[in-house]
Amino acid sequence: MKLLNYTTSYFAVILLLVISVWAVVYYYTMLDEIYDSIDDGLDNQKQLIIRNASADTSLLNKADFGEGGYRIHQIPAETAVLFSDSYTDTLMYMENEDEYEPVRLLKTVFNAHGNYYSLEVATSMVEEDDLVNSLVYALVWLYLGIVLPVLLLNNFLLRKVWKPFYRLLGQLKRFRLDKPEPITTEPSRIEEFQMLNATVQKMVQNSRDTYASQKDFTENAAHELQTPLAIAINKLEHLAEHNDLNEEQLGLLSSAMDHLDKLTRLNRSLLLLSKIENHQYHELKVVNLRIIVENLLNDMGTQVQYKELLINQQLEDCPIEMNEELARIMVTNIIKNAVFHTAKGGAIHIMLLNDSFIVTNTGDVALETKHLFLRFNKQSNAKHSTGLGLSIVKAITDLYHFSLQYRFENQHILQIRFC
Amino acid sequence: MKLLIIEDEPGMRDNLQQSLVKDNYVVETAADYHSAREKIGVYEYDCILLDIGLPGGTGLELLKELKQNGHNGAVLIVSAKDSIEDKVKGLNLGADDYLPKPFHFAELHARVKSLLRRRSLGGTETISFGNVQLDTAKRTVHINGSTVAVNRKEYDVLLYMVMNANRLVNKTALAEHVWGDNIDEANSFDFIYSQIKNLRRKLRCCDANVELKAVYGIGYKLSEL
Repeated sequence: MKLLNYTTSYFAVILLLVISVWAVVYYYTMLDEIYDSIDDGLDNQKQLIIRNASADTSLLNKADFGEGGYRIHQIPAETAVLFSDSYTDTLMYMENEDEYEPVRLLKTVFNAHGNYYSLEVATSMVEEDDLVNSLVYALVWLYLGIVLPVLLLNNFLLRKVWKPFYRLLGQLKRFRLDKPEPITTEPSRIEEFQMLNATVQKMVQNSRDTYASQKDFTENAAHELQTPLAIAINKLEHLAEHNDLNEEQLGLLSSAMDHLDKLTRLNRSLLLLSKIENHQYHELKVVNLRIIVENLLNDMGTQVQYKELLINQQLEDCPIEMNEELARIMVTNIIKNAVFHTAKGGAIHIMLLNDSFIVTNTGDVALETKHLFLRFNKQSNAKHSTGLGLSIVKAITDLYHFSLQYRFENQHILQIRFC
Repeated sequence: MKLLIIEDEPGMRDNLQQSLVKDNYVVETAADYHSAREKIGVYEYDCILLDIGLPGGTGLELLKELKQNGHNGAVLIVSAKDSIEDKVKGLNLGADDYLPKPFHFAELHARVKSLLRRRSLGGTETISFGNVQLDTAKRTVHINGSTVAVNRKEYDVLLYMVMNANRLVNKTALAEHVWGDNIDEANSFDFIYSQIKNLRRKLRCCDANVELKAVYGIGYKLSEL
């Protein structure tokens, strides 16, 4: 939801609540005033009638309300003594409307010429349902009358006010650390936006500096580590060429060389990871993964044969736009991982579809999914593995926003979805 | 054959020199940009091993100069900068191959040998050791003149061993060369052993006068009987 609409929707809800509460309070206050005014009128009428009736005794016997809106009849003294004035709401037949309408009725007693009479005075009341209806009707219009201009205001005025913000947002969306395009900000009179612009500029500059130094570090680390490694490996190779070494000495040499080889692979893998994460593989082209998979399986024939693995393949053409080198590394690491971790005589199923790549291999227990793609996570005690193979796959899939999932359904299933 | 090693790191330079001298090459060295320029200006080399990061200039600048001067020896870039950009740049400038550090000597020798072979007059397409002869164009193996059937990987293993004849070949180097780099995960090298066993059987069957010996823990050595 956009910022503009977000605040407006809050405003609309709050306004609705306030207006509703206000309507209820207003309605009862209004009703109270109406009753008060009607009751005053009835009281006044009562006094007029009593005065007239005392003067003109013919009025004392009026059984129907009729046109005057009152009736009088004689009552025994004992009832009259106990009586006090009462106002009640009741219904009365109205000729004009041809139905029963609410009226306010004042009942009282009075004494005239020694006799007691009961007097009932009625007057027409407001119809409460009509009142509620008109009130709701008016309020709906009021509500719309407030909310609509606010919406319009947001769309015209606020949009203009927030323009520098959205412009900046658009640029940040397209921003890539490895692309030199600068972020240009629009001058604004609003202090917050000025601050935002300045902060973003500073942050971008900092990130660029950090990125540049990290890139340098990556290359320097490669250089600084690889030369000593090369020297050490080659010196050991010279040593191994001596013909007078016994088995124990050769064993020690071989172990040292194996560890240096492992260090070499580790160094290469770490550099590869940081290069991927630093977006240093720019060149994109449409790569058909099918060809990569086929070539790889061809190359790995020896290992597959040696481990007596049954490889089942179902390969469709799968053109994906990505860096060719990374595509090759991704596919290689997944398939080698499967070949390496499947027990002798196991089976591997490789399925490449238009939109996904699924490698299934036999295994006994599920791997812990939480740490599977983390660096240096080793769930087997393979001494040659660096534990970086799947982290590299993860870094590549993250780079291209592919989804990478592992699940266990009696066998290991690793799936990449390209979307 | 005359080789020039341009490398600033003394340990590395000595290693390369020692190893190449053993193979009967005439080897000269240069430790920085300027001495390398002087040498290149005066002598012709069949192959130059060129490091990219040098005191006083870069290997890529030297490469440019070499090509401008019409130097027609092979250039093998040996660099710790295992970056694709450098590799592409180097090859575009006319280098013949690119070998990232660290490497095993077996790999270096194989690369140097195939560069020299490609350059040599006539461009011989056979390489032999003892009575074993490999035709690199047709990818076939002949022993005593008769053809021996080998599969693709066996041929690659044998070619690599012949190019490194009489030299101890590290098993990792062999695996990486024949089965591709990034062999990270597939690392029980047992499968190589089975391949070597097959190859040995074939060599013995055809009365080859060479032998593939295992050197305890480290690798293999091809030598004449």
